[in-house]
Amino acid sequence: MQLLIFYVFGFIAIFAAVSMIVVKQPVMSALFLIVNMLCLAGLYALLDAHLIAALQVIVYAGAIMVLVLFVIMLLNLREKKGLITRHKVAMQGIGVVIVAFVFVLIAASMDFVSFSQAGAVSAEFGTVAGVAKTLFTDFILPFEIASVLLLVAIIGAVILSKSRT
Amino acid sequence: METVPLNFYLILSGVLFAIGVVGVVSRRNVIVIYMSIELMFNAVNLTLVAFSRFLNDMTGHVFVFMVIAVAAAEAAVGLAIIIAVFRNKVTVDVDEVNILKG
Repeated sequence: MQLLIFYVFGFIAIFAAVSMIVVKQPVMSALFLIVNMLCLAGLYALLDAHLIAALQVIVYAGAIMVLVLFVIMLLNLREKKGLITRHKVAMQGIGVVIVAFVFVLIAASMDFVSFSQAGAVSAEFGTVAGVAKTLFTDFILPFEIASVLLLVAIIGAVILSKSRT
Repeated sequence: METVPLNFYLILSGVLFAIGVVGVVSRRNVIVIYMSIELMFNAVNLTLVAFSRFLNDMTGHVFVFMVIAVAAAEAAVGLAIIIAVFRNKVTVDVDEVNILKG
């Protein structure tokens, strides 16, 4: 049953990712990326990461992708060139070589991954309480630095998008 | 109840990351390049969550939390840069934005 759910989410995720880089309109790309992120949220839930699954839907598929769609509609783009263009053969070649390299790395890593069966987890694993306990004890300094980072990003975005007058 | 082996998650993550790399190197639209980078973030997050589950350690979840926070900051600044570039050059084609080229 878990394997079936994994296959369904996994194949939809790969299909959406391939469609994302193949379709011409940026709006379609953004919508396919949202499908991909929702499938990954399902996989996170399958991995008992309940909080991360909720964050994936709310922050990634919700907030960030709405921002991207908003910019696409603001710029009103109409792209003529799709994935394949004549003088980009070298770029395509680099991409294919990197893909092949990643697959070789995956195949090489198959043997020494010995802990391939998941054990039982504690009741708190992946819940809001469990993640918060880890976050606010061992990782309190990175958490505070992340808040500063978000503040800097807000100020930077406002300054960058302000028209120069 | 049959569980999914760790290798399946790693292979799926590697495939998604590779698709993201192909998107970055082959597309010219800067917004699609940006979305391909987001796809690579997601692939890495899947690896972190999978290892977290199989090692029974919640540190990976904290890492994913941090990646999502940084991605949100990156979205705000990156899209502001895209809008600033579009305001100056009236294009989002990375081949035509080349004033830093020596």
